[in-house]
Amino acid sequence: MAQILAPGTKAPDFTLPVTADQKLSLSELRGQPVVLAFYPADWSPVCGDQMAFYNEILPEFQKHKAELMGISVDGVWCHAAFAEARHLHFPLLADFEPKGAVAKKYGVYRENDGICERALFVIDKNGTIAWSYCSPIAVNPGADGILQALEGLPK
Amino acid sequence: MSELKIPVGASDHIQGDAQAAITLVEYGDYECPHCGAAYPIVKRVQKHFGKRLRFVFRNFPLVQAHPNAQSAAEAGEFAATHGKFWEMHDAIYENQRELSTDFLLQLAENLGLDGRALAKSLKSEEYAEKVRADFLGGVRSGVNGTPTFFINNHRHDGPFDYGDLVESIERAAR
Repeated sequence: MAQILAPGTKAPDFTLPVTADQKLSLSELRGQPVVLAFYPADWSPVCGDQMAFYNEILPEFQKHKAELMGISVDGVWCHAAFAEARHLHFPLLADFEPKGAVAKKYGVYRENDGICERALFVIDKNGTIAWSYCSPIAVNPGADGILQALEGLPK
Repeated sequence: MSELKIPVGASDHIQGDAQAAITLVEYGDYECPHCGAAYPIVKRVQKHFGKRLRFVFRNFPLVQAHPNAQSAAEAGEFAATHGKFWEMHDAIYENQRELSTDFLLQLAENLGLDGRALAKSLKSEEYAEKVRADFLGGVRSGVNGTPTFFINNHRHDGPFDYGDLVESIERAAR
């Protein structure tokens, strides 16, 4: 059974496509806090879906100089269309091939469904997980936990 | 279970009996269709509970998703300072499809308010800070989309159909 990585663990490095011809590595972001939001899929039919919601909260994350990234097993073109439709101003990473490999490293892959859990990680500027949380798949975990974790990081 | 972090107070828009044992708080976006759907439901809930319940509306505009949500929220606050908050709130929800800045100005006039003063207020973002304060308070309280309801300070999780809200409120009132 997948076990979500706990605070204190070094966040596993990864490299994933962010657009059709660009890749992004976690290690590139060393030196600033990172918020990783794993989520099951693009295109859930509600206006307050989790990614759109974080889009509204972005200025609050930026106050902490934190970089937000969404990760699902959707491919880059799906992400591109979704990001455009929701006017997202943060990157969506495609944990597409090998499917769910990064989610597995973080202990947040749902083997039976082939999608990521709805899981959040706040990683400090040194690359260590400061906070993690796995939400029930149908519940949008919101941003209060993330903001609290960011506030708790050493300056 | 998420808790309301900002207690209901003097700067809130409250409808109903001040002594009511039950407080229903909604964080809403005026342009959100789900909030539009919730509008008549809340009215039914208010009717059902009568004096036992007071209703509070707080702004939670999803500005990236809804281009008119911010001005609508500010228009509500403008109307509030002229004692017409609920009239403005109701009028917007009853005419969601028409929502635009021009429509808000027209609404203001219909309510006996000064449309030009509202236009000026929107331009100067007079009420942007209040709206933002509502929004951030909501974020802190675990609001993750709209509408989000709190019943006696506890976030209501699950559907907001009439039956679900009534059941949740009855449970809180016990």
